[in-house]
Amino acid sequence: MEPGTTYAQPPEQAALVAALRAGDEAAFEALVAELGPSMLRIARMYVSTRALAEDVVQETWLAVLAGLDRFEGRSSLKTWVFRILTNRAKTRGEREGRSVPFSSLGGDPGSDEPTVDADNFRDGHWASTPARWDALPESRLVGAETLAIAQAAIDALPETQRLVITMRDVDGLSSEEVRNVLDLSESNQRVLLHRARAKVREALAPYLEGRT
Amino acid sequence: MTSIWHRIRGRREAPLTCIELVELVTAYLEDGLDDAERRRFDDHIGDCPACTNYLDQFRQTIAIAGRLEAEDLSEDARSELLAAFRGWARGPATGQ
Repeated sequence: MEPGTTYAQPPEQAALVAALRAGDEAAFEALVAELGPSMLRIARMYVSTRALAEDVVQETWLAVLAGLDRFEGRSSLKTWVFRILTNRAKTRGEREGRSVPFSSLGGDPGSDEPTVDADNFRDGHWASTPARWDALPESRLVGAETLAIAQAAIDALPETQRLVITMRDVDGLSSEEVRNVLDLSESNQRVLLHRARAKVREALAPYLEGRT
Repeated sequence: MTSIWHRIRGRREAPLTCIELVELVTAYLEDGLDDAERRRFDDHIGDCPACTNYLDQFRQTIAIAGRLEAEDLSEDARSELLAAFRGWARGPATGQ
């Protein structure tokens, strides 16, 4: 949470926390099913193997259970879980001697560069009109190859951008959740997200527009 | 929409160019522009088919990212977690 803002816990979350505290297995299972894949994906960015990532996720859930009685609902449950996750994953990654995302957050090199190559513009306006993707057949937009290109583009991003776009656009966390989990300012989060999206768009364009 | 009107209001009211607009797309989609910026964005998009297409490409890119599937935890990991939950629910954890 940012200083001065208070988080009002929604009734569904209060109910979920109460169910977990009461030992409701189905509620726990559903929560693990809901958050597990995102947690695994995020943990994977900090550690070298899938097995380690899975360990981190399990460790995180154990820490969540151990801390649940002290959880006061001052942030969203999701934010709290993901904060524990990223802290554990970071520690594991460091122990492995991996370079850790955000270790050099101060300078995000190239963040002042334009996200669309200046060659595309003449006198500040598009030299040629970007193609209409909304006219593409749905099957192409959701096709396996399209998804593979998007995933490869995300994998190739600098780590900070990769984390932000994965959390926001792939896993559907809110901007506030991502800012709180990763300790980013609003403008930093937005810049990272914008740059990441622009690169993924750029990677998709040649394929979607039949230029490959 | 005369140039005089823009000159009166100053630079912040000047029309956006395409090269400026493409940097504001995420801020626009997140409702992160102030009123004046949003108005300039809307004014530009209103009669620029090229930027309209770019904005749509951005939206499609976000939708495509949202379709990427994640791997799930292994069956083993899930049942271990469930067992841990049962143990936790039975009483105060000891010896951890």
